[in-house]
Amino acid sequence: MIGEVILEALWKGIAVLLFLTAGFAYLTLFERRVLARFQVRLGPNRAGPFGLFQPVADAFKLIFKEELIPSYADKVLFVLAPIITVIPSLIVLAVVPFGGPINLFGKMVNSYVADVNVGILYISAVTSISVYGITLAGWSSNNKYATMGGLRSTAQMISYEIAMGFCFIVPVLLAGSMSLVDIVQHQNETMWYIFMQPGAAVILFITMLAEVNRAPFDMPEAEQELTAGYHSEYSGMKFALFFMAEYIKVIAVSVIFVTLFLGGYHFPFVDQIPVIGPYMGPVVMLAKTMVMLFIIVWIRSTLPRIRYDRLMAFGWKILFPLALLSVLVTAVVVLLV
Amino acid sequence: MTDIREVTVDELKHLVSERAAQGETMLLNMGPQHPSTHGVLRLLLELDGEIVVSCIPDIGFLHTGVEKNMEAKNYQQAEVMTDRLDYLHPIGNNLVYCMAVEKLCDLDVPPRAQAIRVILAELTRLGSHLIWLGTSALDLAAMSVFLYTMREREKILDIFELVSGQRMMTTYLRPGGLWRDVPVEFEEAVYKFIDHMPSQVDEYQDLLDQNELFIDRTKGVSVIKSEEAVRWGITGPVLRAGGMAYDLRKALPYSTYEQYDFDIPTRTEGDIYARYAVRVDEMRESLKIIRQALNKLPLGPVRSNNRKYVPPPRSELGVSMEALIHHFKLWTEGFTPPVGSVYAAVESPRGELGVFMESDGSAKPYRVHYRTPTFANLQIMPLLTRGYFVADVVAAIGSIDIVLGDADR
Repeated sequence: MIGEVILEALWKGIAVLLFLTAGFAYLTLFERRVLARFQVRLGPNRAGPFGLFQPVADAFKLIFKEELIPSYADKVLFVLAPIITVIPSLIVLAVVPFGGPINLFGKMVNSYVADVNVGILYISAVTSISVYGITLAGWSSNNKYATMGGLRSTAQMISYEIAMGFCFIVPVLLAGSMSLVDIVQHQNETMWYIFMQPGAAVILFITMLAEVNRAPFDMPEAEQELTAGYHSEYSGMKFALFFMAEYIKVIAVSVIFVTLFLGGYHFPFVDQIPVIGPYMGPVVMLAKTMVMLFIIVWIRSTLPRIRYDRLMAFGWKILFPLALLSVLVTAVVVLLV
Repeated sequence: MTDIREVTVDELKHLVSERAAQGETMLLNMGPQHPSTHGVLRLLLELDGEIVVSCIPDIGFLHTGVEKNMEAKNYQQAEVMTDRLDYLHPIGNNLVYCMAVEKLCDLDVPPRAQAIRVILAELTRLGSHLIWLGTSALDLAAMSVFLYTMREREKILDIFELVSGQRMMTTYLRPGGLWRDVPVEFEEAVYKFIDHMPSQVDEYQDLLDQNELFIDRTKGVSVIKSEEAVRWGITGPVLRAGGMAYDLRKALPYSTYEQYDFDIPTRTEGDIYARYAVRVDEMRESLKIIRQALNKLPLGPVRSNNRKYVPPPRSELGVSMEALIHHFKLWTEGFTPPVGSVYAAVESPRGELGVFMESDGSAKPYRVHYRTPTFANLQIMPLLTRGYFVADVVAAIGSIDIVLGDADR
């Protein structure tokens, strides 16, 4: 019995990992193609139909690149940093349900790796770890630009995590549970939380962008000022790991946002489609995630970068009080209704 | 004179504060290979955290020796090198060089040539401003604007290709007029461009003008007022953004600019946003000038008839002995202007671009010196950045619109 449980968790874990790594590869292509459309360009379209083999080509290139370690770098930390960054982003989706229970070869299977009863705490704990990787990368490279990038990201992530944490509390209050499975169920029974608490949803979206260092908050790697920020000195696969961590985190936060505020794998009437209805959960999830990813790319193509001091002020003086307020309002309403 | 003296570190210590020596502040070497220094500018920044304590611009990485090289070429050959100075403003460089030679030789320029010069010079200004708008928006990470402006600049380059066969380094303007008349398609192509362009400028403004993040990055940052700017010898949009309406096209009209009706856009704030606004308005004014010039484009010759300086038309070579002699003399030894020295200046997209030319009566210039706007404008970098953030340094570089080929001749 216990062996069966472990086996099930194992194959589901591998499935999520494969989804994320493949998703990372094709998110880079998606971003480049969409960005190109915004910018009256074509984007990569040479490798395979619609450039579908471009990520493969990129991966091969990065694997065969020389791995450089600067002679004055702290070698242990320098190698460790990308690993510390990438692992949290890979494991964060373990608690997210991708669909309802599915009948798979005559056996009912839940579409999540684990239903942890403190799911939201797990997410905020795991996402916080990756900041260590970035800070250590900046520090161990022994490069001034990288150090500044590392310091910026530390300050940025810490200050935005608080507002993000408060936004996590809102769905918890509304659902009365910390488990993401319960939160999605509750949204299915009532309505999407984005309609109940749009303010918190907007704040969460903004803090998410800051948390994963996406434009307009891509301060740590600000190409125009800090050349490449914390990963200036990285090359080859070690650079690819940072790149991978960033994009996987983008997917992860989109999935988390969809789960917390956009009804997760549910969409009206989709469940009632005959035969395939129960299996549509992951498809709905994917579609909603794609919409989120598109919005993130859209923002990147449009907005200039916000300045570092404004970013901190914005995080502490505007987002933090607003998030606090939305928690308060939600709590009062939940208590009264 | 012959010894190369090495500068020691001790001699440079006065450039940074005492705190740098004690390790309290960080010295950051920005450039010459840096994505945002617009070429090969090097800045030595002294940083207190993210705040700039001092900024030392270091130029010379693109030094090509053009000025010295000109002394070894005759007047016709030297003009080709002017394209390579300010590579975003090639026709303006030709223009100022030709104006200096014309002044030296007392050459006349036919009205049709003058009008075409104005059209092409304004198109070049537009092209340069487009590059500036794109790259300085890119410096603030508003990346799409860059590709939109490059799209429109491509159309300008197509027009240059139409008239001269070259896209950038045209050398189309020649002392005494133009290389040859424009093709018949020219007017239609330019009309098409200027009809289309205003909506494009609107598009850029839609993306930037009301953009809260853009305003936040540019308003009140890197302020320099006109009074201060004049003391530093600043010209061009940087000066006009500080409130002074000084534009050589109005102040010292050349090439029949006095015939055209246009305004000098100014702002009073003197910050990065004001410089942006001035340049965008200038793009609209340039379109106005081009339209006026096209509407009353005179017919007639495009080269002076002074055979001592301007080669005769090819049709005369077979029938006129004198024309053949002139042609031979011009292409073997070049022309010899009278002894003397002149200064001619035009308003380049970056400010006053002047040429000082001295002739010793031979076929080669004795000395050609360029007064370039980038060289003068770069001086204020320390002023513009002191006390601001590292991110503002990048914005400030973009806002004074430097072209390193212009600074290092």
